[in-house]
Amino acid sequence: MTTAKTKTLAADGQAPAVPIPRTSTLSSARTRRLGLTVLGWAIACLIFFPIFWMVLTGFKTESAAIADPSLIFSPTLESYAEVQLRADYFKFALNSVVVAFGSTLAALLIAIPSAYSMAFLPTKRTKGTLLWMLSTKMLPPVGVLVPIYLLFRDVGLLDTRTGLTIVYTLMNLPIVVWMLYTFFKDLPKDILEAGRMDGASTLQEVVFLLLPLTLPGIASTGLLSVILSWNEAFWSLNLTSSNAAPLTAYIASFSSPEGLFWAKLSAASTMAIAPILVFGWLTQKQMVRGLTFGAVK
Amino acid sequence: MKLTRALPLATLTAAVAAASQAQAQTEITVATVNNNDMVIMQSLTEEFEAAHPDIELDWVVLEENVLRQRLTTDVATGGGQFDVMTIGTYEVPIWAERGWLTPLDDLPEAYDVDDLLQSVRDGLSHDGTLHALPFYGESSMMYYRQDLFDAAGIEVPEQPSWEEVRDWAAELHDPDSETYGICLRGKPGWGENMAFVSTLVNTFGGRWFDEEWHPELDSPAWQEAISFYVDLLDNYGPPGASSNGFNENLALFSRGNCAMWVDATSAAGKLYDPDESEVADRLGFAPAPVAETPKGSHWLWSWALGIPASSENQEAARTFIQWATSREYIELVGETQGWTSVPPGTRESTYANEKYQQAAPFADFVLEAIRGADPTDSTLEPSPYIGVQFVGIPEFQSIGTQVGQTVASALTGDVTVEQALQTAQRATERTMQRAGYLD
Repeated sequence: MTTAKTKTLAADGQAPAVPIPRTSTLSSARTRRLGLTVLGWAIACLIFFPIFWMVLTGFKTESAAIADPSLIFSPTLESYAEVQLRADYFKFALNSVVVAFGSTLAALLIAIPSAYSMAFLPTKRTKGTLLWMLSTKMLPPVGVLVPIYLLFRDVGLLDTRTGLTIVYTLMNLPIVVWMLYTFFKDLPKDILEAGRMDGASTLQEVVFLLLPLTLPGIASTGLLSVILSWNEAFWSLNLTSSNAAPLTAYIASFSSPEGLFWAKLSAASTMAIAPILVFGWLTQKQMVRGLTFGAVK
Repeated sequence: MKLTRALPLATLTAAVAAASQAQAQTEITVATVNNNDMVIMQSLTEEFEAAHPDIELDWVVLEENVLRQRLTTDVATGGGQFDVMTIGTYEVPIWAERGWLTPLDDLPEAYDVDDLLQSVRDGLSHDGTLHALPFYGESSMMYYRQDLFDAAGIEVPEQPSWEEVRDWAAELHDPDSETYGICLRGKPGWGENMAFVSTLVNTFGGRWFDEEWHPELDSPAWQEAISFYVDLLDNYGPPGASSNGFNENLALFSRGNCAMWVDATSAAGKLYDPDESEVADRLGFAPAPVAETPKGSHWLWSWALGIPASSENQEAARTFIQWATSREYIELVGETQGWTSVPPGTRESTYANEKYQQAAPFADFVLEAIRGADPTDSTLEPSPYIGVQFVGIPEFQSIGTQVGQTVASALTGDVTVEQALQTAQRATERTMQRAGYLD
């Protein structure tokens, strides 16, 4: 029994040459699954730990925050109160919501038609166009900061939500097009053709066939775009000052190289990530479904 | 009947009055850093608005380096997003030369310009005209643990030398009880480790550039200073010193983990505050140690409020910066927040104030240190630049940060001091060549 088990393990899960009792395969599979579960949890805990620690630190006093790390302390809301006193959280949060969802909506509106044409009516340049679109993501944003700043200054878009929405839309567009393109491409063409046979126009085809069928994919693309916009800190810090500043600017205002602000910084960060965290939890199912959408045909 | 007819009219009049009042109100955007003194300034917004009902303050608070980049982008492109900018001794002369800042001549008599400390004023002037008003100023000095020094029978002279400091550090270093001989900045950055390292190099007789703008990072003085610094921290410093900046050292020292610490004078107020520091009652202080020369052994920095030329609300902005840097403001902070919290290092009158003297026993020390720092003459041999712990040229941010990284890698032991300085020298030469200083 034991030898057989060792053999199975040694064969790294491949079918053993000699027939072995059924129970052994089962237990080895169970061990493997258990191992993977433990590994999965370990990685999840590792990734989540900084967030957990940040949340804890937010409830500490400033001196407890810099003292030797400890899980035992008397929690206080002092930092939250002080943070709210110094800056109006809701103003920043509203900006974040408007800009993140606005830019996602705009990006989807532009990306759906373009991904449709690339997926169903490809030309010989489609692949090149796709790659070229992605290449814009390879340029460090600071390289175009001054030109964009000058443009925005001249058209009066500095420190406006509209300006930030435009930048985020353009920033996320390549990724959104790419994701939608892969989702659309996995859809059998025959379905759309059948629709056309029945006399559907292109618009009807998209609205009544394509969109409902690829909804999980579109949803997860949208979610990704919202999260990317929510967390974006370069453009939001550089193109806004007071009126359109989103939560990333709010966090930045509590960081300092001089003085002790860890508890306040943590409290501010917790408040800044809370909405998107809750949003992520609520839509988790969609996300996972979308990300694996089309993986199995 | 009469009343009902009169009502809409009254409402209309009131609305018009309110509208015209709203029109007269100027909103100014103030960009500042998240340091303690600025947080206090922000908390006093209502006091200002009550005294100046026609001006409304809008705050943009950012981390120092983020703010610096943000402001530079705006001021260089004339974006006009800010009416008041918090900038330091490094930026003011450079920006003033490019015409990005509004010159602040003809200040009212009540402001009493002559009350501002001379060296701070010089640091914020270009061609003899102030281009920003000092909000707070600082130099560097040495803090030590009086109790440990007393127990070891060490008497600190009026002006300690670096050699003595090393001997004391060796004597007091006790890693088993988590008391380290000395804490110094190690975190790379032109405003972090290089601020301290530059003063050390100065006092060891070195300089960043010779009079022809040739970098001198591979000179014997630099070698000696950096070797001394690395040895000192390696042998008697806290573990992981290369990631300690001002904040980390402040935390270490206030928890009683350092016997000595050489850093900003602005830490004194925090170290003396028993709420923030466990060593408030055992604190000793001395001038920053010297080696070859006292010149440039302690730095000079001030955070100041300037008005960008692109601001559309020049008048209101000027009213605000005059208020925030006035004698009355210091008085207000002293009365409402306690006298150790007043912004230090800007006015002679602060130091003449008895209440401040009483609350801050380190006051005279700080004043002397600031007075004694001369940004125009901070090196043993003459140098072409202005600045004690920095070089007043636009290229210095990148040079200082790059050299800071190589110095930090020497501190961690990844490279030898000699290798680090050679790398630093070559990199600086390249930058200076590209910038057109060298042929």
